[in-house]
Amino acid sequence: MSSLAPPNAVRQELGFYLRRPGLVLSGAVIVFVLLCAVAPELFTSQDPIAGVPAERLQGPSAAHLFGTDETGRDVFARVVHGAALSLRATVLSVLVSLIAGAALGLLAGSRGGWVDSLVMRVVDVLQSVPSILLSLALVTALGFGTTNVAIAVGVANLATFARLMRAEVLRVRTGVFVEAARAAGVRWTGVLARHILPNSLGPVLVLATLSFGTAVLEVSALSFLGYGATPPTPEWGSLVAGGRGFLATAWWMTTFPGLTVAAVVLATNRISRALDGERRLG
Amino acid sequence: MTNGVPRRLAQAVVVLWAAFTLSFVILYLLPGDAVLAKLGGGEGGSTVTAADVARERAALGLDDPVVVQYGKRLVAAAQGDFGRSIATGEDATTLVLNALPSTLSITGLGLLFAVVFGGAIAILGTYTRSRLLSQFLASLPPLGNSLPPFWVGLMLIQVFSFDLGLVPALGSDGFSSLVLPAVTLALPTGAIIGQVLAKSLRTQLDEPYVEVVLAKGAGRARVHFGHVLRNAALPALTLVGVLAGNLLAGSVITESVFSRDGIGRVTASAVSAQDIPVVQAVIVLAALFFVVLNLVVDLLYPVLDPRLAGRVTAKAVSGV
Repeated sequence: MSSLAPPNAVRQELGFYLRRPGLVLSGAVIVFVLLCAVAPELFTSQDPIAGVPAERLQGPSAAHLFGTDETGRDVFARVVHGAALSLRATVLSVLVSLIAGAALGLLAGSRGGWVDSLVMRVVDVLQSVPSILLSLALVTALGFGTTNVAIAVGVANLATFARLMRAEVLRVRTGVFVEAARAAGVRWTGVLARHILPNSLGPVLVLATLSFGTAVLEVSALSFLGYGATPPTPEWGSLVAGGRGFLATAWWMTTFPGLTVAAVVLATNRISRALDGERRLG
Repeated sequence: MTNGVPRRLAQAVVVLWAAFTLSFVILYLLPGDAVLAKLGGGEGGSTVTAADVARERAALGLDDPVVVQYGKRLVAAAQGDFGRSIATGEDATTLVLNALPSTLSITGLGLLFAVVFGGAIAILGTYTRSRLLSQFLASLPPLGNSLPPFWVGLMLIQVFSFDLGLVPALGSDGFSSLVLPAVTLALPTGAIIGQVLAKSLRTQLDEPYVEVVLAKGAGRARVHFGHVLRNAALPALTLVGVLAGNLLAGSVITESVFSRDGIGRVTASAVSAQDIPVVQAVIVLAALFFVVLNLVVDLLYPVLDPRLAGRVTAKAVSGV
């Protein structure tokens, strides 16, 4: 016990979470969804692809938490199994924005001159077209499928990352320690990797967590429009789309998958807000 | 003030050119083959021969060197010609423009809802003395931003069309069929307006002039609506260009949820058919919207805020 944090700090830590039940709940939602993505069989033993025709279009019950669809598939099982694909697409899209955006921002901020102007004009153009139209154009060119949707959403959102990264690099670049390293004869690439990158990456990583929610929404919107995985494979957006024809008779088919998306977005937004500043203020 | 106009027009043209170029790079240079998609070569249709593909490619001008293709298309696009729809053979520009009125009616009503509700949330949230109400109102915009719009649309149909039977669920006829799509579109937009305006109002309320006006004996309502709101609403105007773009983009989802005709439907089916000319026409139209609205806002600004008129002239004179 003595090697751990002093009891006072532990109590403070506990108090921080106790005063924020919403944050704790958000954490629980995210942990649950991640577990669904990694090990869906933990939560449901029913088959997400093959249905039981005799049990078609049943309302929510103990046996079928979210009801069943028109071919007798368990909607809860489909939502749980859909988590893997939907979350993978979200993470991939955020990674694309983060890596490509940060690289462009780093290039622009560190090289300056015409490279900077060129990169920033490209970023301006990316921002002048609404991001969903941009990702639709990319999907048109790349073709359909979950991976292409993720890449399209990622590219459409990279402008903000490039801007922030550039601003951070410009701020760090003037630091005394950078000057000292340069004066000591460290090569430019060394300064970049050792000093500028680590010191400018923080806010960009926070932006990445903040953009998770938007990415979930955009990926599921494209999946809803039918540009994601091919039909029997469950994805959150396409699950909502699948229930459209049954709004009048089977409300559960659209309501629950949609609620899942909303819950995940709300939870990620709450957590990233906490990461963004609340934590530091305690 | 007149000095700034030619420069702004030139900027607007540059943005349009850039949007065209970006869409050209994405649509014509990235791998993927619209010709194959049109001829149905991908799935089962094994009757497509290499000769068919070559003929189709030549007909669409996809065989020329990239620079020639770009030049030709840029000249044509400047005259409003984006080529013929690969899927239907119709002129892409006509196809998009014909769909415009229907989309404008829901985006217009959507913008109205967004301004009214977003504005009301921001104004009431900063005016009320109840901490609870103010916190509740402040939490609404983030919530509105977190709900998937396609799902919200379907839930509205569920409740108002099927359960209550108040409005028709689908289709494009009559005013009553406009309401639900407009509400769906207004949700994310209203959330942005609510957030930005509330922030702007809070900043203004901290300004010293508020204390002066209060000290002179003005009531809270008079300060809030007569002074603070007038100052706070101006920065929110800059959002208009962005919001219009969002509304246009939102119509892709809304129109497909409500099975309405319009730009969004045209876009969605063009993407499905990999109909490059139509997608490009939509993107350039969106950029045109953005540019024109920003231009109008820029020109209106000095009229609404006399302080800026002086500043703009000063800028123009110093050549910045």
